[in-house]
Amino acid sequence: MDFKGFDHPGRPAAGGTRSVKVMIAGGFGTGKTTMVRSVSDIKPLTTEETLTQASADVDHLIGVADKTETTVSLDFGKIGINDELVLYLFGTPGQERFWFLWNGLFKGALGAIVLVDTRRLASSFRAIEEMERQDVPFVIALNVFPDSKHHPVEEIRDALDIPPHTPIVACDARDRASSRDVLIALIRHLKERSAIALEPR
Amino acid sequence: MSAPRRPTDPSGLERYYVLTGGRSGPGGPASSLDVATLIVSRTTPAPGMQHEHEEILRRCRDPLSVAELGAHLGLPFNILAVLLADLLEAGRVEARDPIPAHGAGRGPDLALLEEVLSGLQRL
Repeated sequence: MDFKGFDHPGRPAAGGTRSVKVMIAGGFGTGKTTMVRSVSDIKPLTTEETLTQASADVDHLIGVADKTETTVSLDFGKIGINDELVLYLFGTPGQERFWFLWNGLFKGALGAIVLVDTRRLASSFRAIEEMERQDVPFVIALNVFPDSKHHPVEEIRDALDIPPHTPIVACDARDRASSRDVLIALIRHLKERSAIALEPR
Repeated sequence: MSAPRRPTDPSGLERYYVLTGGRSGPGGPASSLDVATLIVSRTTPAPGMQHEHEEILRRCRDPLSVAELGAHLGLPFNILAVLLADLLEAGRVEARDPIPAHGAGRGPDLALLEEVLSGLQRL
């Protein structure tokens, strides 16, 4: 790559920096933004997408009244993996019905963490279904709230109808080390899946 | 007394319409842009460039994700994608898509996962 005229003092590696992305999904109020915040190297930022229900055409930006415009926000953070690799973490919008409108939201992601509040299991059903439908590999992270009762993992696996090979881990989304451990569980899970896929048939 | 002025709308749809020349979605190279795509400037801003184009080139001297760029410039993804399409077509920026776990036709990328894992373990 030609970087004539550009200074990267002491950082020759910046020219080759690449990214990977991990999604954080889960129902409303399960701690997605909290997790992004606790584990990110930067103060979390928000990016927006304006979604139009009707087909996109030149006119929709001037606000033609009969088209439905919705602004969907993604909270995100990043983690420097090494000098050449950055991991971006995106907290998905609370309203899962917008996920399919945001084309390619999950495309290219390494995988996803689905946060579950054990006091309200049902709030994450939709997120789990969506991961399965879009074939995104995921781990389940039980965000333990102060008043959460302890449930055996197998009971939760059963209630959420999670296949045996999908890891379920407990975490405190407010805690950096705990959130990092969930990410580690996800990457290990992805490695195992890959190792199985690489095995000769 | 001055004549009443029409209220300006610096953050709204009118502004986006002006910024993009009324174009609502990118075609060509920018249609595959992802929120985690890294943008890197290949040239310095040229005189007479649209302010936002200049700003993108300035901010992307070091690789910056489309999501960060959108947050810093206060622009939604779809509007930013139109602006980036101009710069990509003119060869003024380079776009690097996020590395997927499964490279096209290459099978699972274990080396990449190992790299991510060791980075996380150092946190």
